[in-house]
Amino acid sequence: MENKIYINGIGSISAQPGDVISWEAARLYHENIFPAISPNYKEFIKPMALRRMSQAIKMGITSAKIALNEAEIEIPEAIITGTGEGCKQDTEKFLENLLDQDEKLLTPTSFIQSTHNTIGGQIALNLGCKNYNVTYTQNSVSLETAFLDAQMQFSENPEINSVLVGGVDEISEKITSFRKLDGQLKPDPIKNTDLLKEDSTGTITSEGAHFFALSKEKKQNTYAEFQSVFMKNSIQPEKINDEIEAFLKINKLDLAAVDTVILGINGDNRYDHYYKNPQEKLFKNTTQLAYKHLIGDFDTASGYAVYLAANILKSGEIPEILKLNKLECSVPKTILIYNQYLGRDHSLILLSAV
Amino acid sequence: MKNLHTELKESIIEQLNLEDMEPADIGNEEPLFGDGLGLDSIDALELIVLLEKDYGIKLTDPTQGKEIFVSIDRMATYIEENRTK
Repeated sequence: MENKIYINGIGSISAQPGDVISWEAARLYHENIFPAISPNYKEFIKPMALRRMSQAIKMGITSAKIALNEAEIEIPEAIITGTGEGCKQDTEKFLENLLDQDEKLLTPTSFIQSTHNTIGGQIALNLGCKNYNVTYTQNSVSLETAFLDAQMQFSENPEINSVLVGGVDEISEKITSFRKLDGQLKPDPIKNTDLLKEDSTGTITSEGAHFFALSKEKKQNTYAEFQSVFMKNSIQPEKINDEIEAFLKINKLDLAAVDTVILGINGDNRYDHYYKNPQEKLFKNTTQLAYKHLIGDFDTASGYAVYLAANILKSGEIPEILKLNKLECSVPKTILIYNQYLGRDHSLILLSAV
Repeated sequence: MKNLHTELKESIIEQLNLEDMEPADIGNEEPLFGDGLGLDSIDALELIVLLEKDYGIKLTDPTQGKEIFVSIDRMATYIEENRTK
């Protein structure tokens, strides 16, 4: 029999305060690139270590520690990280030094910390964890790939009881602005809460880290059961519904069992039609939610969707600001998350209440 | 002209991102590594680069660092004796 996987702890850092789920007012932005809200990192990381860390590393370690504390796990048996673009700030710093100093006298810190797996490595160093540690970089399915590995760890290794899995991406001055250059961002600033009403190309972006402490054991404070994850690089818009139905069938669920769907709609009129078929056909009688008007779109933004889904399943409450339709779902039991970016890297994540 | 000790402290604070620290917080004889300022091996590499960049001193043997980076006093003396710029 397959092990069940439970989400017992979550650490979330994003452009929204942690209490959006408690109906607090959402943070408003009037720019297309905006930063995450930083917690007091000194509460989680020693000042001497903190001083040379970029935003991605600080967000990663802090959210990882929050998730582990909540799940009462000291050392996880695996740390699996997803990041689309890794430590961009240190990459930029190193490359700028390289140019400014004519490739001479380069300082080591930004080079050491420019690699994608620095985040997972720094989490391990901070915890003193020498267990399995892998980082996946697969564009907007980086976190999903990390989840798939976590699922495989649980199913293939009976000794594994706890896995820390998460996604991190930071903004940086130059590399993030490249997204604007190639039309991935809206040309003019918009209000983030207007994103879903926009009929224009591009989206808005931000940064964040979402770590999840997964365990085989259900606890008193368990958020939800992590059921399954699916990824496919390329799907024709008219075939999305078939893929979703096939995924649900594999998980022995019919459509009616999904009572809430969270969609990665990001206001880009070139690609949001991928969500139309599921919205208008499969899930026309299902509560539909969106979240990228709150935190922007970035490669591991779906971590925020998992955070929302887990909190909705635990609390039974759906924040009004997420709703795309007026259908009520009194007690959400099963939530499906569907995401894609630029018409590629489609992913489905299924969570259920415990 | 700025005192070499103060100049060194300012460079170290900037180069090593010693946030919330002022030059006055670093004693001239305070150990830079271990129980003193608490610098580590990555900082040692940064200091080697700092010596070459700011004072034209190239350390060919990295173990020399252990004798030079003892304190601000020791560093300043070494710089005064060996600087090329």
